Amino acid sequence: MALLEVRDLAVEFTLGDGRVARAVDGISFDVDAGEAVGLVGESGCGKTTTALAITRLLPANGRIAGGSVRLAGEEISSMAEAELRQRRWTDVSIIFQGAMNALNPVRRVGEQVAEPVLLHEPGLSGSAAMARVSELFQLVGISPERAREYPHQFSGGMRQRVMIAMALACRPRLVIGDEPTTALDVMVQAQILELLERLRVELGLALILITHDLAVVAETCDRAVVMYAGQLAETGTVTGLNERPLHPYSVRLLGSVPDITGERRLPEGIPGQPPSPEAPVTGCRFHPRCDHAMAICVTDVPAIRSFGEDHAVACHAVTEAGRLRSPDELPVLASATQVAAAAADGAEVVTEPMPGGADGGGAGMAA
Amino acid sequence: MTGAVAAVPARRRRRDGWLDAWAVVRANRQAMLGVGILGVFLAIAVVGPFLAGPIDKTAANRPMLPPSPEHLFGTDRSGRDLFLTNVWATRISLLVGVVASLLCMSIGATLGIAAGYLGSGWDSWIMRITDFFYVLPTLVLALVLAAIVGPSLVNVILVITITSWPATARIIRSQTLTVRERMFVERARASGAGSLRIMRRQVLPNVFGLVLANTTLTIASAIFLETTLSFLGVGPRDTYSWGRILEESFAAGALSLGMWAWFVPPGVAVVLVVLAFTLVGSAFDEILDPRLRRRGIAADDTEPDAVIVPSGADPETRGG
Repeated sequence: MALLEVRDLAVEFTLGDGRVARAVDGISFDVDAGEAVGLVGESGCGKTTTALAITRLLPANGRIAGGSVRLAGEEISSMAEAELRQRRWTDVSIIFQGAMNALNPVRRVGEQVAEPVLLHEPGLSGSAAMARVSELFQLVGISPERAREYPHQFSGGMRQRVMIAMALACRPRLVIGDEPTTALDVMVQAQILELLERLRVELGLALILITHDLAVVAETCDRAVVMYAGQLAETGTVTGLNERPLHPYSVRLLGSVPDITGERRLPEGIPGQPPSPEAPVTGCRFHPRCDHAMAICVTDVPAIRSFGEDHAVACHAVTEAGRLRSPDELPVLASATQVAAAAADGAEVVTEPMPGGADGGGAGMAA
Repeated sequence: MTGAVAAVPARRRRRDGWLDAWAVVRANRQAMLGVGILGVFLAIAVVGPFLAGPIDKTAANRPMLPPSPEHLFGTDRSGRDLFLTNVWATRISLLVGVVASLLCMSIGATLGIAAGYLGSGWDSWIMRITDFFYVLPTLVLALVLAAIVGPSLVNVILVITITSWPATARIIRSQTLTVRERMFVERARASGAGSLRIMRRQVLPNVFGLVLANTTLTIASAIFLETTLSFLGVGPRDTYSWGRILEESFAAGALSLGMWAWFVPPGVAVVLVVLAFTLVGSAFDEILDPRLRRRGIAADDTEPDAVIVPSGADPETRGG
């Protein structure tokens, strides 16, 4: 049994005018104990929403509309609020995006790190909690004296370390990192990732890493879940995905990362932008931006099919044998050739207007 | 050497906080002026009555005396020494101001944070109740209450509290609304904290600067209100406050008689105290915001390795 089992998770938001937007639609994946799983996709495709749904921290207008989330065999989505509060941080903790905002600016960092400890171990004395804070600070490479300082006295990387220390405060089994390295420079990013990797191995943590940076996933994760517009596009081992990506979206995501070892070329972008959940696309949600798009892609949602061990993909263009057919072999739509041409010369493409007209389309997506 | 730091006793941490606060006040000339004025009045209020002795109720002196070395501010209609009366009045006026505004801040801050953080139904109910009290006319309410329960010190405090807390609640609520959306609140929720705990540990520290700054302003307005109420004659009849001295001087026609020593001292006292609280109030904002505190004030005991001086802000070269 996996530590975390997410099955057909669906999250809906009620918008101001009463309409309902489905931000996450049928996501399934497992996280084993001690395993690192990357949740990959463009901005706005439901990665963070998935993470919030796992911990049931969705904003007031959001709700889990279907599916199940099981943590160590226990259903989270129907758990009572009081019990859930006990579980938060002791079982699952989150490293939030943007460490400056996730720290209370008027309280000393040590107190803030100690707070979840005191909350979940009520018998603990203040000095014992502070001793734990020192331990945690040493673990993440901050000198323990700095526990008495305020968040604004820390640099971006150090703040992120504080957030990591805080996430580990109650010794959770699963840590969710929501873009833990965004807004950090490359050197610091590397240090933080190295730290996460080290802690994962040392403490036997399971890690869900939410990111749009494939390099980060390749470096730290065992498996990856590629999401597009709230749906699962492809999932598999990181090596498998890198060597044999099946979904055209994964192919393009990989293609949009510059390769420093191969021949010099411009990274390919993905023309257009993801559809808004308020105005979902029919069929496969990627079809307006896909150079493999066929008639069936516009009408039918592709089923998730498994190929080999731990590799699943949802795409009509993949054969039964598990091979992505090239556009030449397919009866592609006119729009698909347009997309391919636009991607080839790096120009912007005007995707067809979405139903509902919420999306004008057209911003070129470079890596 | 590392592990020892975590065990810094709470007492020392608290003392450091006070030293930080004092450093900010020291660096701010206006705040120092305010603290100075308040210090004088506080000393008068606390020890003045002991040194000066009780107000002579037998009225052994001659009435309506002008100022003299014996009676610094002269005497009133019943021959009471006005200097003595002013000393006692300082105690009562400050007491009413401080107690009323502390009550008002606790009610206002509690309800403001609750309304702002809990939102929806709670917010509507609390704010409708607040609106009800907000529109009550202070003076009318005071006169009615005084008529029902009789003029007393407690009633004056009650009236001031009842009519002042809604403004505080509104201010604190609006600040809470912005704090509530900050990410550290969500982080606290993610770590399993409940609403009460978040309100106390995350929201309160963030609105506390506003609470304190507002308290000093409320004290000022409470003292002002007390003076008004006493002047209108609904204050307590058994104690003296600045307002009551003003009222009696007015009734005796001190203004037309040119007895300035009767009405100028309590008037000046009210103005000075209100001014002092306002000056201190603005400094509080700085004391409670650690980001503002470090700006240009050497409250930190460690020397930074390097100091980046933004162009044009170098204290050495500026204006030179």
